[in-house]
Formats: sequence, structure tokens, C-alpha cells
Amino acid sequence: MRIEVAGENSLILYFGDTTDPQISAQVQSAVSETERLLGDALIDLVPSYASLLVIYDPYKIDHLEARRRLLQLSDLSNLDDATEGALIKLPVWYSPESGPELEALAQKAHMSVEEVIALHASTEYRVYAIGFAPGFAYLGQVDERLAAPRLSTPRQAVPRGSVAIADRQTAIYPSTSPGGWNLIGRCPTRMFDPDATPCMPVQVGDRVSFEPITKERYLELGGEL
Amino acid sequence: MSGFKVRQPGLMTLITDQGRFGHHRIGLTTGGPLDPLAFNWANRLLGNAPNATGLEISIGGLSLEAEVDTWAVLTGGELPLKINGREAERWHAHRVKAGDKIEVGFSQLGARGYLAVSGGFQIRPMFDSTATVQREKLGGLNGQRLQSGDILPCEAGVDAGGYRLPEQYRPDYNDSRPLRVILGYQQNAFSEVQKRLFFSSTYRISDRADRMGYRLEGPAIAPSINGILSEGIALGAIQVPADGQPIVLLNDRQTIGGYPKIGSLFSQDVARLAQMLPGREISFTAYSQDEAHNQLLLSQRYYHAIQPIAVAP
Repeated sequence: MRIEVAGENSLILYFGDTTDPQISAQVQSAVSETERLLGDALIDLVPSYASLLVIYDPYKIDHLEARRRLLQLSDLSNLDDATEGALIKLPVWYSPESGPELEALAQKAHMSVEEVIALHASTEYRVYAIGFAPGFAYLGQVDERLAAPRLSTPRQAVPRGSVAIADRQTAIYPSTSPGGWNLIGRCPTRMFDPDATPCMPVQVGDRVSFEPITKERYLELGGEL
Repeated sequence: MSGFKVRQPGLMTLITDQGRFGHHRIGLTTGGPLDPLAFNWANRLLGNAPNATGLEISIGGLSLEAEVDTWAVLTGGELPLKINGREAERWHAHRVKAGDKIEVGFSQLGARGYLAVSGGFQIRPMFDSTATVQREKLGGLNGQRLQSGDILPCEAGVDAGGYRLPEQYRPDYNDSRPLRVILGYQQNAFSEVQKRLFFSSTYRISDRADRMGYRLEGPAIAPSINGILSEGIALGAIQVPADGQPIVLLNDRQTIGGYPKIGSLFSQDVARLAQMLPGREISFTAYSQDEAHNQLLLSQRYYHAIQPIAVAP
């Protein structure tokens, strides 16, 4: 683990520099450990792929004390797989209608649309980070054959629930927003609902896989066109 | 509940408290006042709780009508205040009666003003905060800036009283000293030459400056790396995208991002920057975490040591 200064009252902990489930698991354990070590001096945390940003209350502890406490995290590297997150299955209506880039991706991968759907749905992803927008979960890794760069011209409005791919990441747009990812389907599950508890079906560290559904089922589950 | 009616919302007026904390891990940013000191003073001059809900008025143009008898105050940049058409002092609590018109004109200096009323506006918190973040559609009324016809609910507070802050204690929004930067993050990806260039150059605040971030224009600086694995972004982080033009990230920043960062602005200078308008020229100086920590504690002690003066009812 490496500690760098992030600001007057924040430190960032690095556990590696690649997208890797082992490193992500270390970030996950660091989250709960940091909560314990900093107690009420902790203001906020941002776990991501291989790092954890820790923001503390500078009126309760100083930077030297924060660093001293966080250094106790350095023996996280020998942790077991006990931190494996919950497995969440999300329904997806894959189709050229709900996913305008589906056919192009299939063509590029020299696969049929059905094969692309089967491959995307059957892969088990990990929630590496949440950000960009409330409830936007970065899931990885997408099979190399389906990896695709962002669109050269982002869309003005990607519909809520769109299932998308960028590089080797996949995600579900939690609300209608501009976006440049490749769209392959639509998920009827609300990924961010401020009035629900919990407001998100997944959290960082969870595992996600997809279940292909028909348009009819998508509508039954409350999906919008 | 009655309160204040919005006659004209101004360019961008947001309902806010001190900000939304503890929800970064689901992607929620902090929001909150860009100039927290001026916001805190607004509440303090009315004897409110520090986190009472008020308004952040960017640039100006706000017009309200009181429906209750209470007290109000305007702090922050030099946005001219009028009550029933008569000029009224800023940083000074005023008694207002039902039917009074409160107008906040366009800024002469400083981009943000803060308006508070006795007891604060009564707004339903979302994720522990009333702070409006338009991009996230959270806080305020429906997650949006004020609109004409909105009602800002508050209790009557006839006897609440208030204070004024003598001029010598108010912030100097003309202060043009270099902005203090705490080096960090990917600072090692910026060579000594690039760092010298950054700290010795003058940058101009571009027109692309909003609550998410201030884009700067000036000599391009080139980190040795193009991008990084996305990671958490602290308030005031200075990221450098491929064009080499730095962006200072403010209260409504995205919580994670993949551009290299040279460090972060000291929070008091984040506030100073956010009070500046596009076109203003700025420069940077290096600052240590030690200095920043000491300055925060000194400022806090100074803030509490000041005794504002009670206003006769």
C-alpha cells in the first residue's frame, strides 16, 4: 500500500494500478478498516478500482495522525477471499431496438448477436467503482472480444437503464444522461432511486451477472421504452 | 407553510446547506456553498444553526417577496441588496415584514452571495442534506435551481433578532494573492520543469467555469502520463487533461475521474477562486499540508473570536 496526499484533509491509498479482483478486494477491506480506524473523524470515502480516497475532519485529527492510523492498513495484502461481495442478477432486454450498438459489436467480434448476448450475460462482473453520476456502477471485466472504445460522438441522451460497454467495462445508466458508451440492451431495475432503501441494488465489491429477458418481460418488470 | 415567494430567480440561485457528506461511495458529490465562510456568517448573523438552509446566489438577479415577518441577511460578494427599493447593508441582519420585496442585484465584485432567514428555509433533506446539485437532481426543490413562483417555506421569526459584522472582519474579494496548492496525487508525473512552469505562469479563468470545475487557460503543462485508473477526487483537485490546460474541481465535481492531478487547492482558496468571474487572472504557489492544517485551525479560532454586533430590532 502506498499513501499520497490528496488535499489538506485527504489522503489517497493505492493498492495497485490495475483492474484486478484481488486489488479490488483489498480496497473493500480497507473501506471498513478505515471506518474503524478513523471513527467520527471520517468525513467521506471514495473507493475505486485500486485506490481509496479518505477525507477526514481536520478539526478532529491532523494529517500526521490520519497517516499514522491509516498505515495500520498495510497488512491487508495477505487477506483471503472472505470479502467476496454478494452476487446480484440483473435482467436485461438485449436487442438492436434497446441496444443500437449490439449488431456492430457482434460484427466486430465475428460472432452472432445471440453469442454476444450469451457471452455478456454469462460473465460474472465485479463492481469496481461507483461514480460519474449517482448510482453509476463500473463493472469489469468484459470479455476481450466485446471490448469497444467509446463512441467518437457521445449521445446527448442515453435512456435510463441502458446497458453499455466501454473498453472492458460495462455499466447500466442509472438515469437518462449524455454518454458515449456502446449500448447493447436495457435493464428494468432502477439502479438509483433516492426514495428507496437501499437506493442502489449493488455496492462496490459486489458481483453482478445478467439474465437475458424478452421485451414483454422487460415491460412487465416496469421497464420504460 | 408560507415563507418567501420567488419573483425572479436570478441567473442561478440554489437552495443549500453546508453540503452532502458521507455519500461519495454511491457517487454523490458534496455540493454546498462555494464560499463556506460567507455562508456560515449568514447563518451566524441570524443566530441560526450552522447547517440551516439558505440560498447561494450566483452573479445576482434574485427577487423575493416575504410572506412572513422575520429577519434576513445577505453575505458574500458585493451583490447590491435592496429592501422595498431602498439600499440595504450586506453582512447586516434586517427585519423584514410580510409583503416586503428583497432584491439582490448583479455582482460588482465576487460571484456568489448568500441569503439566510431566521431559522433557515424548511426543505426536505435528501441524503442528509438540502444542498441542490442540479446535475444529480438532488436537494432543493426538485433538485433544480430556483424558478419564478417557487415558494421557499420558512417559519415566522419576528423576535429572532440578528447581528452585523463590522467591515474589517469581512473577506476581501479583491485579494489577488497566488492560490495555494498542496502537491499530491500524481505530482511525480509532473517533472520539475513542468511544475516550475505551472507555478510561475499566469492562468486566466475561462468561460467554462461552473460549480463542477473552473477550466483555466494559459501555458500548457504536460504530465508524463495521459490517464490513470479512475480514482477519488478531493475538493480543489487540479487535473490536467491531454490539452495541458488545468481544471480546478469544485463542490459539484464528479466523485471519480481518470485525469492526472498535480495536487489540490487549499480550501480557503477554492472559495476565493469560486468567487472570481471568468476572465480574471490567477497564479499558484506551493503550500504544505502542515501550513494548510495550521491555517485552518487559526482561521477557525479567529472566526469564533469575532463578536458580531447585535442589531436593534
